[in-house]
Amino acid sequence: MGLLRVEGGLIDMETYKQPTNNVIEPNIKPTIEKKRTKIKPKKILFHVITSIIAIIMLYPVIWLIMSSFKESSSIFVTAHSLIPDKFIWTNYADGWKGIAGQSFGTFIKNSLTIVGLSTIGAVVSSALIAYGFARIQFKGKSFWFACMMVTMMLPHEVLMIPQYIIFAKIGWINSFKPIIVPQFFGHAFFIFLIVQFIRTIPVELDEAARIDGCGRFSIFFRIILPLITPALATSAIFSFYWKWEDLINPVLYLNKAELYPVSLALKLFLDTESASNWGAMFAMSVVSLVPVILIFFLFQKYIVEGISTSGLK
Amino acid sequence: MIRALFLIEKGVVLEMKSRALKDNLSGYAFISPFIIGFTAFTVVPMLISLYLSFTNYDLFTTPTWIGLANYKEMLFGDEKFWKSLSVTFYYVLAGVPLRLMFALFVAMLLNQNRKGIGIYRVLFYLPSIIGGSVAVAIMWRNIFGNEGVINALLFFMGIDKKILWYQDPTSALWTLILLAVWQFGSSMLIFLAGLKNIPPTYYEAASVDGASAVHKFFKITLPLLSPIIFFNLVMQTISAFMTFTPAYIISKGEGGPLDGTLLYPLYLFQKAFNFFQMGYASAMAWVMLIIVGLTTLILFKTSSLWVYYESKED
Repeated sequence: MGLLRVEGGLIDMETYKQPTNNVIEPNIKPTIEKKRTKIKPKKILFHVITSIIAIIMLYPVIWLIMSSFKESSSIFVTAHSLIPDKFIWTNYADGWKGIAGQSFGTFIKNSLTIVGLSTIGAVVSSALIAYGFARIQFKGKSFWFACMMVTMMLPHEVLMIPQYIIFAKIGWINSFKPIIVPQFFGHAFFIFLIVQFIRTIPVELDEAARIDGCGRFSIFFRIILPLITPALATSAIFSFYWKWEDLINPVLYLNKAELYPVSLALKLFLDTESASNWGAMFAMSVVSLVPVILIFFLFQKYIVEGISTSGLK
Repeated sequence: MIRALFLIEKGVVLEMKSRALKDNLSGYAFISPFIIGFTAFTVVPMLISLYLSFTNYDLFTTPTWIGLANYKEMLFGDEKFWKSLSVTFYYVLAGVPLRLMFALFVAMLLNQNRKGIGIYRVLFYLPSIIGGSVAVAIMWRNIFGNEGVINALLFFMGIDKKILWYQDPTSALWTLILLAVWQFGSSMLIFLAGLKNIPPTYYEAASVDGASAVHKFFKITLPLLSPIIFFNLVMQTISAFMTFTPAYIISKGEGGPLDGTLLYPLYLFQKAFNFFQMGYASAMAWVMLIIVGLTTLILFKTSSLWVYYESKED
């Protein structure tokens, strides 16, 4: 077992690099050296173009953040200037008081509950299902795999109405259940991603463990699970994003303000914008983006892997 | 002796049989969550939806069978349906190609070995990550507002005419298209991975033969990248048809002005949950499924004309 683990560690690193690391390195190096000595204006031009694109792209986000520090009454009067005359925090205090008698803390707590449980459910179930598809030969496998691929392409709108009717009939409206429970039955994108990942792990590892007397479940838990953590991390990150920004399910299933997640609370802010408390709305928009951006910068590597190998968005 | 061998063989066969049986059992054990979920949350709802599409149902009284009336009403009696369909096609046909072209352009720009590429890549990708959120939709609504940052900057640059983005149906739709283009990052990453797979020797050989940059782009980059362009095209088209949140937030659920931003999913949502015409909305959902399916089919059928797979040539 000990040996296997050492071996597993090695394979882990190798397989993780495999999918995108197809650059042929020796060919690149000489060209760099040549460029460094010869073409300087091209380098400057490159940085100018990319920087301009970057500024145009990020300007709206920076504007949102800066505006959240301006006084509500001056946001649109001074829309052209980025830096506030005076940085004020009152918008954040205002916004945090929340809306409809609920503090913004409640909305964040609700979002975290939904996101946390959904993510655990989606990742655990998807990993089990993916192992079944990737490693076990059974009758009807290709049929079920095809079913799974089809669900990836199925517009959510087709399922939205009947699902709503079913959940309404069994009394799940105004609870998190309609949003969380379906996640515990696997998510097609994650299953696909993990299947692809398991296929890069040598089957010999499974065989060796089987000879040592491991059953399917212990092979999965002891051998496969530790090796697929990068794919699990990618799935968890995307599950977090999708559930955090999800608007349509909360709109459908949650009608009480005390159950609102952040996304729906922001919509409520927008609906009552006649109060013209722009500052508070902008401030809470920024707050809602903080976890997303934080995770993005912390786990960039997994996100990039996920996109480039399976086209997740 | 032979008998003994036969027994052993029989044993092996039996063992193989029992292993196959075991594999069948454990295979289904592992994928059972999928089968249960697929049945409960996909197959059964789809059957219900198909049934409802032939009925009149308001969620509170029992559904009444009306045959094809919903579909007939949609095709011949509902101008708003056609309006939302044309808005959606406009959105998809303008947004998806623009987004892909921009993604490819930036990916080619970033496919170099220079310092700082990693930072640019991250910055360009950031909008894709936050793009679907309500916060960004609110932001978008306000930067294109009458007093918003776009008009303020135009004024600053000496253009003294305010563009009332959300007063005109076409320009309102274009703000949604721009929001989609703004999120080009995920397609860019996929293109970037594809570009890195093209052997640099191809370009070097072309340079030796005196090929221009334009030539190299059309003769090397595009053909070798075409499978990835195709993949991006299919994925982006499907997801563009399903865009809901931005239209819902930016038009405050109305789809206005003059139904200019009434994307199909938004109209479907209104029919179902504002007017409680569940039967009609279900029929709309099936029409949407057919449209998305047909579009994907057309894309796949035409792909043989322009998608180039290297292995075929060898």
